[in-house]
Amino acid sequence: MSLGPYASFIVTAYALVALVLILLIGWVVVDYRSQTQRLRELDASGITRRSGRGATELT
Amino acid sequence: MTLTDLANPTKFLALSARILPWLAAATAVLLAIGLYQSATAPDDYQQGATVKIMFIHVPNAWLSMFVWGVMSVAALGTLVWRHPLADVAAKSAAPIGAAFTFLALVTGSLWGRPMWGTYWEWDARLTSVLILFLMYLGLMALWRAVEDPSRAARAAAVLTLVGAINLPIIKFSVDWWNTLHQPASVFRIGGPTLDRAFLVPLFVMAIAFTLLFLTLHLAAMRNEILRRRVRSLQMMQANSRAA
Repeated sequence: MSLGPYASFIVTAYALVALVLILLIGWVVVDYRSQTQRLRELDASGITRRSGRGATELT
Repeated sequence: MTLTDLANPTKFLALSARILPWLAAATAVLLAIGLYQSATAPDDYQQGATVKIMFIHVPNAWLSMFVWGVMSVAALGTLVWRHPLADVAAKSAAPIGAAFTFLALVTGSLWGRPMWGTYWEWDARLTSVLILFLMYLGLMALWRAVEDPSRAARAAAVLTLVGAINLPIIKFSVDWWNTLHQPASVFRIGGPTLDRAFLVPLFVMAIAFTLLFLTLHLAAMRNEILRRRVRSLQMMQANSRAA
C-alpha cells in the first residue's frame, strides 16, 4: 500500500484518532475501577444504601 | 422491560451490563472491517491517497453533531420529563462528543494542508465546528463548576438546547455561505456524489464509530451512576457522623 507524497499527513491523522480513542477507552475503564473501589471502601465502613443493599451491589 | 423501568438506575445498570459486551464486540468487528476497507480503497483521481483521511474525518464530524443531538434530547428529558437518567446521559456524552469534535477538526486540518494548502481557514463550516468544540468544553466546565447536581443539570440542559441552534448552522453552512469546505457529498438531494469504492468504507466506518460511541456512552453512564451513588453514600456517612 503506497500512501504517496502525503503519507505523513495520513499516518498522523490515523495515529491521532487511535491515540484519542485509546485515551477515551482508558478513561472509561479507569473511572469504573475508581468508582467501584470507592464503593468497596464505603461498603467496608458499614455504609449501606437506603434499599438495604451493599454499596458494591451493582444491580 | 419498559422505558419506565429504565428510569431506575439499578435496572439500567443490569441491562447495560448485559448489552455492553455485545456492543463492544460489534464495534471491534466493524472497526476492523472498516479499517481494512479504508486501507485497500483505491486512490482518488484528485486527492490521491489523502482520501483515506476522509474515512476517519467524516465519521468524527457526523458524530460531533450526533452526540450534541443526543445531549439535546437528554436535555429535554431533564427539563420536561425530569427523567432520572437524562442528566446522567447528557453529562457522560459530553467528553465523548468533545473528543469526536476535536478529531474532526484535527483530521480535517491534516487533510486541508495538502489539499487546500492550509491547515485552517476561518470559513463558516470550520468556524461553526470550532464553536461546537468550545461549547462542549463550556458544558463540561459548567457541570464541574456547579456543586448542586440538580442545579447543574438544569443549567446544562438549557445551555445544551441553546447550543443546538449551532447544529443546522454547521450542516447548512456550506450552502448558506461561500466556504472553502466542500458542500455535502453524501446526504444530499440527488444522492451521494461519491463513488461506491469510497462510499462503502465510509459507511462501514461511520457505523463502527457510532457503535463505538454507544459503547463508550453506556459505559460512561454506568460510571456516572456509580459516581452519584458514591456521593450519596458519602453524604449519608457524613450525616451519620454528625448525628
